[in-house]
Amino acid sequence: MQNTEKTGRTLIDGSRLMIEALARAGADAFIGYPITPANLLYLYGSQRMDLMLSAPDEITTLQWMAGLSATGKLPVTATSFPGYALMLESVNMAYMMELPMVIILVQRLGPATGTATCGAQGDLLLLHGSISGGHPMPVLATSGFEDCWKLAAKAAEVAVRLRTPVVLLTSKEEVMTQKSFDTSLLETIERVDRPWYSKTCCSYKSYKPGNLVPDFLPVIQKEHQVRLNASTHDQEGILQHSTTEAMENTRRLEEKVINRMNEYIIYEHDIQAGADTLIVAYGITASAARDAAASLRRKGKPTDLLVPASLLPIPAEYLDILGRYSKVVIAEENMNHQLATLLYGQQIPKNIQLVNKLGKMISPEEIIKEVLP
Amino acid sequence: MTGSMLKTQSLPYCKGCGHDLIAVHTTKALERLGYDPLDVIMVTDIGCHGIIDKCLNTHTVHGLHGRSAALGAGVFFGLEDTDKKVVVFIGDCGATIGLQHILEAARLNLDICVVVHNNMLYGMTGGQTSGLTPQGFRTTTSGEGNPLTAYDICQLTHTAGASYVARIAGIGDISADLEKAFSQKGFSLIEIMEICPSYGVKLNPGRKLKDVVKESGREFGEWLGNRQVFTHQQGKKNSDLLQQLQLIKKQFSHKLDDLQTIVISGSAGEGVQLSANLLAKAAMSTGLEVTQKGSYPVTVGVGFSTAEINLSPDSVNFHGISIPRIAIITSTDGLNHNRNRIQQMGSGTLYIDSSLTPPETSAKIISRDFRSMGARNASIYAMMYYIQESGVFDMEAIYHIMEMEGKSGKLPVEKIREALND
Repeated sequence: MQNTEKTGRTLIDGSRLMIEALARAGADAFIGYPITPANLLYLYGSQRMDLMLSAPDEITTLQWMAGLSATGKLPVTATSFPGYALMLESVNMAYMMELPMVIILVQRLGPATGTATCGAQGDLLLLHGSISGGHPMPVLATSGFEDCWKLAAKAAEVAVRLRTPVVLLTSKEEVMTQKSFDTSLLETIERVDRPWYSKTCCSYKSYKPGNLVPDFLPVIQKEHQVRLNASTHDQEGILQHSTTEAMENTRRLEEKVINRMNEYIIYEHDIQAGADTLIVAYGITASAARDAAASLRRKGKPTDLLVPASLLPIPAEYLDILGRYSKVVIAEENMNHQLATLLYGQQIPKNIQLVNKLGKMISPEEIIKEVLP
Repeated sequence: MTGSMLKTQSLPYCKGCGHDLIAVHTTKALERLGYDPLDVIMVTDIGCHGIIDKCLNTHTVHGLHGRSAALGAGVFFGLEDTDKKVVVFIGDCGATIGLQHILEAARLNLDICVVVHNNMLYGMTGGQTSGLTPQGFRTTTSGEGNPLTAYDICQLTHTAGASYVARIAGIGDISADLEKAFSQKGFSLIEIMEICPSYGVKLNPGRKLKDVVKESGREFGEWLGNRQVFTHQQGKKNSDLLQQLQLIKKQFSHKLDDLQTIVISGSAGEGVQLSANLLAKAAMSTGLEVTQKGSYPVTVGVGFSTAEINLSPDSVNFHGISIPRIAIITSTDGLNHNRNRIQQMGSGTLYIDSSLTPPETSAKIISRDFRSMGARNASIYAMMYYIQESGVFDMEAIYHIMEMEGKSGKLPVEKIREALND
């Protein structure tokens, strides 16, 4: 972002940008409880959202959100691993009921309570396996303040368009660190419409798909009966064992997220003529990767950069891009290279170099060292 | 009456099951109260009670085991039309699992009604004991009778703040009791006692429902509360978060031509993060780009407090600082937290309180009695001393920011100014 006029220059954190962006995109309720390092998101949620409710625990948080979503609201929460772990069954419920919501997951050092005030990138594989059956849930990762703004709004849009929970993945350093920033350069955010099924001539089925996603009707109207169901169900929303119609419905949950990925594939591919090396990083490590790429270029080493924002489901484009380079360096703030595992499983190719670190941010120098050993 | 709530008279329950009775009389009560089926949101969860959904003409929301009270609460929060009715069905096992949800809804006095189907055991999973199984009642997992006292869900809910709580026997026409519960303003809970015909009756032959309840020390009755009913306005707020921010214009000048990495560290409660914030904003008023990162232990009021600040003429991507150019240390906590990286400083400057012994370092050491301004102001004083001593930017920038932030009256600015001029 080129800062020329600097008319809106201020000291700001990513939490503020996320909540404001979500509110402008149509999120109207923040439900949560205080947990480090999502504290600021909770604070701003209380100041910005039409409805802010302090839930007594994480399970209640997700249940309240699901109920609100069933009435047509678009709820948001923010948590970190300990809270997300408790929310998980209810996240599955919202996924199965097809209730839009945004969950901001602020990564911190684990396992368990770990260190609440230390950042990390250790939750990607947890998100990959969040939904029973291995079904994918959209996950967008912020890599800078512009992302905190744009991707938060995108998360709200994807949640509504696909009728699904969406996770906005970030980490402590992205939402708590303050930086000089010019807010006047932020793009306008359009409010996401949440259209309701409007036909009065025909019967409504809560899970009858149109372009893989069922039309939505809230439980507050009285034109049509709405049935929402967390158990295996048919198009009407009636509990079933494993009938053909019910299995088609379950398959559709996965298909809508994958087949409509083109609506939310977002990544930054910064290329330079002659580069045979690619640095890949997301989230907090992207800032180090950007500096590393810039430094290498200054040193005369052409280097490209891939910063994936759409992390789950993993877009096939990423493998295509990585396949074009003779050397790839993937940097992540964890000890088990979770993005690389997602991309390649246990068979990580020999030309893929890994930079991992636990409990500390990866520096540009550590990435450069791997590019120029 | 505006329409039948029940889609069919053929309900999916075992012969003699009280759930059948509850379903029939719930719908009867709602019809008598004049609700249209689509003004009712029936929230159920896992357990035999939850399979009623398909038989209803109301909206139905079928959730997770034990969570229907919380899910129903969420639906209620989204209602803006008070003519709607949220009815929550839950079993004794679900009520055990989701006890917190019920108590929270009662505490907030949400306008919903929870109908507890207490058939004294987990019917769907094989007749196991629940937290609401009466003491002495036999289940498949307590063959000699439940040795433990059950939760008194009515007393718990009443104490939590519910408008209306009742315990009744699931015998005969209970529609009037349900009608009363549904008519309440605020949170109501009605516990309907039954004996599961598949397990309870077989394992407790000859025992009568009312005797089981009485012998376990429970009584039938109703309990009233008078707590204020939740209103939606309680949570309403809406202010643009960007409008709250103070914009910082370039008014002063700086002398930096490259990145300056600064660590300020001291003890919690001694103004470390505040001094970093003022430094960052003052630097911005000279046109510099800044980042400010806080680091502290999980305990808020004790131990170290460290701030890392980057000042740069150019935009800053990576904001982590490994070895700083400038270290400002005002207490033992701060020194211990940064000792290693101070030792690794090959150049730069260490500003350190004179009470502390500097570690071995190649940095230039400036020792001064920063704590003479009081522990709470030590970090502020040291930060201002750094600005003046280094000449990194106009000293007026920091005074301007302190004024703009309303800190001039709260901090000993004049005293520090005098000390700096000494």
